[in-house]
Amino acid sequence: MWKFLIPVAVFIALAVLFALGLNPKRDIHALPSPLIGKPAPAFDLTDVMDPSRHVDNTALKGQIYVLNVWGTWCFECRAEHEELLAIARQHVVPLIGLDYMDQREKAQQWLTQLGNPYQAVGFDTDGRTAINWGVYGAPETYLVDGRGQILYKFISPITPEVWEHEFLPRISAAQRSGS
Amino acid sequence: MIRRPLLLAAFLLATAAGAAFGASDPTVDVYGEIENHALQPRYEHITQNLRCLVCQNESIADSNVELASDLRRQVREMLIAGKSDDDIFQYMTDRYGEFVRFNPPLTPKTWLIWGAPFIMVAVGAVVIIRVARHRARLPVDDEPASEIK
Repeated sequence: MWKFLIPVAVFIALAVLFALGLNPKRDIHALPSPLIGKPAPAFDLTDVMDPSRHVDNTALKGQIYVLNVWGTWCFECRAEHEELLAIARQHVVPLIGLDYMDQREKAQQWLTQLGNPYQAVGFDTDGRTAINWGVYGAPETYLVDGRGQILYKFISPITPEVWEHEFLPRISAAQRSGS
Repeated sequence: MIRRPLLLAAFLLATAAGAAFGASDPTVDVYGEIENHALQPRYEHITQNLRCLVCQNESIADSNVELASDLRRQVREMLIAGKSDDDIFQYMTDRYGEFVRFNPPLTPKTWLIWGAPFIMVAVGAVVIIRVARHRARLPVDDEPASEIK
């Protein structure tokens, strides 16, 4: 009897493996971040729009915020920009930008022409802050809670669905727990 | 003979490129090598064992993308600051996960990867022993050797 069960078991195991592996919603290049649940790395950068201003994320402690990594060289960031503007209009949480491996003039031009959804944009031209956050491309978006812990990371452009189903529930849960 | 000016031009170009690269990064000399030559073997070993997260089958030593060069700079700076190889691998793992290592350490999470070859050999051995024992029990009544002739 068990001799017939072995091929069936092998078949089921392979079917589950393939179902997980071939899931079209799964991005095989998106890597889970080891920083989830860990303190957000501190940074103190100059602001893209005003180099005399500092963007210091330790000053944000006590409030939930979203950090969005982008660059003018990033094609998908342009696709995402419209949604970021819509998110900013909701006034749910502050949007902080991290301008990654970019040139200041180009970034200023981008924000002036397309609109600026960010409360502040840190200028990370040499990518050191990005390495600390485990960034390996753009766009990447992090959700940080009031205790300064990273709650969630999303890789690739944010869509209204992603904002509604991934970000908003986590934000309201964090608000409820008072962190 | 004709080749010489070309070679010279190529050499000058390479030196100029090296100088330009070196100027933007104080941790490497004009040839793109780490300033402290005693650190060069460790630098090469570490960068060859860290995965480039953008082109995921290349090491950061082989890759030309900007992230890889940023990570190489990070490795150089940590080496010069006197960090150990383990410190540097840990630094990268803390930020990018185990996936960043081409040679993941043996932990409860990775034992299956490291153990898989031995498990395969064990399964194969069990199958061979079972088949051999089964055949040994078969009666030796047909002599295929006689048919060959």
